[in-house]
Amino acid sequence: MTKMKLVMVGNGMAGVRTLEELLKVAPDLYEITVFGAEPHPNYNRILLSPVLAGEQTLDEIILNPLGWYASHGITLHLGKKVVAIDRTRRIVTADDGTQARYDRLLLATGSTPFLPPLPGSQLDGVLGYRDIADTQYMIDAAARHAHAVVIGGGLLGLEAANGLMQRGMHVTVVHLGPWLLDRQLDETAAGLLRTSLEERGLSFRLSTQTQAYVGGTDGRVQAVRFQDGSEIPAELVVVAAGVRPNVGVAQQAGLHCERGIVVSDTMQTVTDPRVYAVGECAAHRGVAYGLVAPLFEQGKVCANHLAMHGIGRYTGSRLSTKLKVTGIELFSAGDFMGGPGTEEIVLSDPLARVYKKLVLKDDKLVGACMYGDTRYGSDYFQLIKDGASVAARRSGLMFGQIAG
Amino acid sequence: MNTHVAQTQVTRATCPYCGTGCGVLIETQQGRITGVQGDPAHPANFGRLCTKGSTLHLTAAASIQQQTRLLRPMRRAQRGEPPCPVGWDAALSEAANRFAAIIQEHGPDAVGFYGSGQLLTEDYYVLNKLVKGLIGTNNLDTNSRLCMSSAVAGYKATLGSDAPPACYEDLALAQTLFIVGSNTAYAHPILFRRIEDARRANPGMKLIVADPRRTETAEMADLFLPIQPGTDVALFHGMLHVMLAEAMIDADYVQRHTEGFDALRTVVSDFTPEVVARLCGIPVADLITAARWFGGHTPTLSLYCQGLNQSSRGTDKNAALINLHLATGQIGRPGAGPFSLTGQPNAMGGREVGGMANLLSAHRDLRNEQDRAEVAALWGVSEVPAQPGKNAVDMFEAAARGKIKALWIACTNPAQSLPEQQLVRDALARCDYVVVQEAFATTATCGFADLLLPATTWGEKEGTVTNSERRISRVRAAIEPLGEARQDWAILAAFGRELEARLPAHTARYLPGTATLFPYDTAESVWLEHRATTAGRDLDITGLSYQILEEVGPQQWPMRAHATHGQARLYTDGRFPTPNGRARFAAVAFAPVAELPDTSYPFSLNTGRLRDQWHGMSRTGTLGRLFGHVSEPGIELHPQDLAALGLSEGELVRVTSRRGEVVVPAQPSDSVQPRHAFMAMHWGSEYLGGVDSTGRPRGGVNALTTPARCPSSGQPELKHAAVHIQPAALPWQLVAMAWMPASQAMQAHERLKPWMNGFSFSTCVPFGREPDERVGVLFRAAHAEPPTLDTVKQIELALGIQGEQVMRYTDWPQGQTRAMQVLPGSDGRMLSAFMLAGDTRAEAWLKPLLQEHALVDAFGRDLLAPGAEPPVAMLSKGKQVCTCFNVCEPDIVIALQRCAGNDQERLARVQAELKCGTNCGSCLPTLRKLARDNASVPQTETS
Repeated sequence: MTKMKLVMVGNGMAGVRTLEELLKVAPDLYEITVFGAEPHPNYNRILLSPVLAGEQTLDEIILNPLGWYASHGITLHLGKKVVAIDRTRRIVTADDGTQARYDRLLLATGSTPFLPPLPGSQLDGVLGYRDIADTQYMIDAAARHAHAVVIGGGLLGLEAANGLMQRGMHVTVVHLGPWLLDRQLDETAAGLLRTSLEERGLSFRLSTQTQAYVGGTDGRVQAVRFQDGSEIPAELVVVAAGVRPNVGVAQQAGLHCERGIVVSDTMQTVTDPRVYAVGECAAHRGVAYGLVAPLFEQGKVCANHLAMHGIGRYTGSRLSTKLKVTGIELFSAGDFMGGPGTEEIVLSDPLARVYKKLVLKDDKLVGACMYGDTRYGSDYFQLIKDGASVAARRSGLMFGQIAG
Repeated sequence: MNTHVAQTQVTRATCPYCGTGCGVLIETQQGRITGVQGDPAHPANFGRLCTKGSTLHLTAAASIQQQTRLLRPMRRAQRGEPPCPVGWDAALSEAANRFAAIIQEHGPDAVGFYGSGQLLTEDYYVLNKLVKGLIGTNNLDTNSRLCMSSAVAGYKATLGSDAPPACYEDLALAQTLFIVGSNTAYAHPILFRRIEDARRANPGMKLIVADPRRTETAEMADLFLPIQPGTDVALFHGMLHVMLAEAMIDADYVQRHTEGFDALRTVVSDFTPEVVARLCGIPVADLITAARWFGGHTPTLSLYCQGLNQSSRGTDKNAALINLHLATGQIGRPGAGPFSLTGQPNAMGGREVGGMANLLSAHRDLRNEQDRAEVAALWGVSEVPAQPGKNAVDMFEAAARGKIKALWIACTNPAQSLPEQQLVRDALARCDYVVVQEAFATTATCGFADLLLPATTWGEKEGTVTNSERRISRVRAAIEPLGEARQDWAILAAFGRELEARLPAHTARYLPGTATLFPYDTAESVWLEHRATTAGRDLDITGLSYQILEEVGPQQWPMRAHATHGQARLYTDGRFPTPNGRARFAAVAFAPVAELPDTSYPFSLNTGRLRDQWHGMSRTGTLGRLFGHVSEPGIELHPQDLAALGLSEGELVRVTSRRGEVVVPAQPSDSVQPRHAFMAMHWGSEYLGGVDSTGRPRGGVNALTTPARCPSSGQPELKHAAVHIQPAALPWQLVAMAWMPASQAMQAHERLKPWMNGFSFSTCVPFGREPDERVGVLFRAAHAEPPTLDTVKQIELALGIQGEQVMRYTDWPQGQTRAMQVLPGSDGRMLSAFMLAGDTRAEAWLKPLLQEHALVDAFGRDLLAPGAEPPVAMLSKGKQVCTCFNVCEPDIVIALQRCAGNDQERLARVQAELKCGTNCGSCLPTLRKLARDNASVPQTETS
C-alpha cells in the first residue's frame, strides 16, 4: 500500500521536532519530504549565541545530522526555498523548480528578522540575526572591525551584543524601550542586568530611536545616527528589533493569515485541514510564539494529529525566558509585570545583585521574574501553568517551599 | 602604662541611684569619666557596687552623653515643635517674666514647683527658699511624694520625727530581719549583699519576707508571707495580736517610753490569726511563726520600702509596723528598729531641708507657727506661707483644672512617673508655661516644656546627699559640666535673683539687711546656710562641715556642734522627739486597697523595680547591657491566667484600668499569684509606646495606676490598681533590631519616638554590651492592620537599615516585609540588622544570630525566610543571668549539673569557672536559685 505523502516546508527546530514526534508514534505512516532554505540540516538556533560568543562551534549545535534524515527515509531538499503551494493539486514548488506532492502539508517556515525601513538599511554591515549565515557574518566582521551597534535590547539583541563583545568589539545596544528585555523583565531586574552587562563592557542607549545608518564611501555602514542627532561609530549593525512570521507562501496559497498562519488547536490551518503549521510562522489564538518551548508543545500536538490519533489539543503556552549569556541568571514567566488585580512578592539582595518577583492573581501564581538567582524557576513555571491556588503556601513560595 | 596611671584622676562621690547611698570613686582622664569603682572607705558599700552603679561610667561615655543630654537652654516657640537653642540670660529672663506675670496676676499659688529626690541637698535648699521664701507659696513638691512621704508621715505619727532610727550595721546585728514591701535584692542590691553576708556569718538569723510577689528577696526567705495586696496593716495587727497572746510584749518599754497602747490593743484584739490569715491569704501557722520570730528571736530589724509607702493607707502601714517595734522594744538598740529604705539617693536630704508642700527647713512643720517664724527669721523674710501647698498629684490636678498656670519641673519626669498619666499630660498641655530643668533631653516631660534648662548630672554635680541611714556624703564633681549645663542650685538661684527684680511686692517683705535670698557662690555656701537651720533640731548637723565630710568621711545625723562623729542610732535612751518624749502607738484601722478587683477589673496590678533599671531610665536606659536582665517591657502574669486567656509567652495583652490602658507583651511568671499582675515602674512612654483608638499616646505603665492616695501622706497607691486584661488582637507586628555605631544608637531611639505613636503597641530599647563601638537598638510594634510601606521604610531608615547591604523580602498585600542587613567581618558575614514586619516569628532565630554576632554565610538569602524554625541549624546562648560577665543560663546550668557537692559548693565551683556573680553580685539570688533547681547530674564516661 502506498504511504501518504507529508511535505514539510522549513527545516527548523519546530518542524523537525514535529517530525520526531510523528516518527515516534507513527513511524511508517508517511513518506516525508523536507524543504529547507538554509544549506544546513536542522540545528539548534538557540545556541547560535554561544557560537557567536565563541563558546560553542557550529558542529556542536547540529541537532539532526544528514544521517538522521536518511535513516528515516526522509527526502531532504537543502538550500531550496518553497515559493508556491498549489492546494488544489497538492503540490509545492521550490525556487529551483523542485516539486513535491503532498497529502498532508506542514508549514514550518519560521520567521525573519524585522529591519525597520531606515535610511541605510541596505548598507553593508547592517543585518538581522537569524541563522548560521548571519552568525558567520558577524564573526567575520568582529575580526575586522571595532565598533558594533545592536539595535534592540531584547533577548536576541543582548545575546548578539554579548557575543560580539566576547569577540572583542565595542558594542552599544540601542533600545527603544525604557529598559532592557522589556518583554521579559521588569524595570528593577532590567536595571540589574544592565549594570552587570555594563560591567562586562557593553554600552547602552535606552529610550533611543535610531534615525539612520550612515554609510561610508566603501558602501559599508560607519555610524548610527539617532533622532536626537547624535551619532556613534559602527562598522557592524545588528538589528534585533523583532521578527515577522514567514507567511508569504501561505498567503499566496490562500491560507488565512493574521500575525501568522492561523491555526486551530489541532495545529491545522483554519483554511485547509490538510495543511498544518507549527512554530514561529503559526498564529494560534492570535499569538505567534518565538520561544522554543511552545513550539515543541505545538509539534507534539501537530504530530498526534498527523498520526491521525486525533486526541491532542494545543491550547496555548505560558512562556518562560532565560538569557543565554554566561554568568547572567535570569528567568521570567507568565504575567510578570502584574497590573490591576495582581499582587507582588519581591525579594531583593542588591549586593549579590539578586532580584526575584512573583506575581499573584486571585491567589494563583501568574508570573515570575528573577534576576541573579533563578532557583525554583521551573517550580514557579509549573505553578503558573497549573493555576492552582498558592494561598496556603504563599509565605514560603519565595524560599522554595513549593509543595502544596 | 605609667603615664596612663599618672593621668587618671580619682574623685570621691556617691552613686546617683537608690537610697543606699554607695560611695563611688570616679576615674577621669583629661576631663572625661573613664571608670567607676566602689569606694572601699564608704560605710554604705565598702567598695561594692551593683549592676547599675558599676556601669555609671559607661553612661557617662561621650558617645551617650552627646546624644542624650540637654546641652544648652532650649526654647519651644510653639508646643509640639522642636525646641531651639536660646542663651542662658534670655532663658532665665523669659522664665522670670512669665512667672512674675502669673504670680502678679493670679497670686503665688498659681505657680507650682515639682522637684526630685535626686536633687542634692543644696539644690533642694535653694528650691525651697525660692518657692516659700520669695514667691510665697508652698506649691513645692517632689517625686519623693511618690516614694517616701508615707514613711515620713509614719515616722512622724509614731516617733515624732522623720528619722530612720537604725543604721546599716544593724543588718549584721539583727537576729530576725523582717522585710516587708521591699524587693531589696533588686531595689537595694548592695544592702542585700550585706544581708547575705550577715546570714552567712550568722546562720541562726531568720529572714521573713512579706510581699504579694515571690520576688528574688522572697526566694531567700526562711519564711515567706505572700500576702494579698494592701493587707499589711492586717498582717502587722495580726502579728501584734499573737505577740500579745504569747506575752512577747516588752511591757516595761511600752510603759516607760510610749503612749496609746491600750487603744491599739483594742484594735488588734479583732485581728485574730484566723481573720488575718484569711485577709492576707497566708496560713495561720506562718503568721504565728512570723510573730514569734519578730517578738522572740530578737533583735528584730524591719526593712520596708514602697510596698508600704505607695499605698492609699501608706502612713497607717508604716505606723502599724512601727507599732510592732515599739510594743516589743525593738528600737533604739543594735540590730533593731523600723528601718525605712529610701528609694532615691537624696529623698532624705530633701526631707531635711523641708522641700515638700507640707514641710519646712530642718524637719520643721509648716502648720506650726513657731516653726514658720523660725524659718522666716533664718531666711530674712517677714513670713513664710502657712497654707500647705499642693502635693505632687494635687499640683497636676490643679494644673489640669487651670488653677496652676505655670509649672517648674526639676530633675524628674512626671510624664512618666505620676499616676493617671492622661491627667498629668492634660495638665502639662493645659499649663500656660512649663519649665523643665533637666540633665537629659530624652524624658517624656521634656516634650511638654516651653523652656528647657540644662542641669548637671552625676559626675558633674557638687553638694551633699543623705542616704537611708541618715548618712551625709559629699558629692564631688569629677568633670566640668557638659555643654552649658549648670548646677541645679545655681540655676534656681539665678532664676530667683531674676524673679526678685520683678517681684518688688515680694522683696518688700525681706527683713532689713536681706538684699537677696540667693547670695550663693558655691554649693558649700548654700549648705552652710542649711546647716545653720538645723541648730537645735533633731537633725542638728552644726558639728559637721564640708571639710569633715571630705577629710573624715560621710557622717550620720545628728552631729551636733563639737561632736566628733555622727550618731549611728536614734532613740537609744527611749526618748522620742514628741512633746512628751514618748512614742505614740497608732491604733490604725485596716482598710483594703483603694480599688478592689471586681468583675470588670479582676486583676490586681502591682508595679515595682527591675534589678538593672532606675526610675524612668533616662540614665540606665542608655546602656544596652542593662537590658540584658530584662530586655523589653512586659507584664508578668501567673501561668494559669496566661493559659486561661489563651496566651503564650510574649503575646500582647491589652491592660485596662479605670483611667487608661496599655498594650504590652505578657510574660508568664510564678512570682506573681493568680489574678495578680506585675509591671515594672520603668516602662514609661519613652520605652513603651502605642496609641489608643483615637490616636492618643497611652502614657506607659502609669496610664493605669491610680491617683488614690494616703490621706495623711498624699502618696499615691502606685502599688495597686484593679485592671482588666485581655488578649490584644493586633495581628500585624513588626520587630527590628540593629547594631549601630555607639554615637548614633540613642539618636536612633529619639528618631523612632514619633513612630512609637504610630501603632497600637510599640517599644524601643537598646541592647548590647558597652563599652563597645556598636550598640543595639530594638524597635517593636503591633497594630490591627499594616501601616504604609513607607512607615516601615522610615523605621528602617531610623535604624540605619539601608543601602546595598540590605536584603529584602516584601509581600505587602499580605502586610509582610523583611529586611536583613549583612556586613562583612573578618571571619565571614554577620547580621548587623534585621526588620521583620507582618510575620515576625523568625525573630526566634534571627535575634540570637544578631546578638551573638554569629556568622550567617550559611544562611544566604534564607535569612529572609519566614517562620520560627531557622532554615539552618543553630545554637543559642540563652537568657543572660550575669550582666557583668555576660554569662547565660544554659552555660550555668550545664556547669552546675557537672559539679558535685551541695548547692553552695557547686555554685562556688561554677563561679570560679564562669565568673558569674563575682563582680557586683546582683545575680547571686538567681544563681542560688539555679543551683537549687539544677541538681548535680552524674557524669558518665563515654567511650
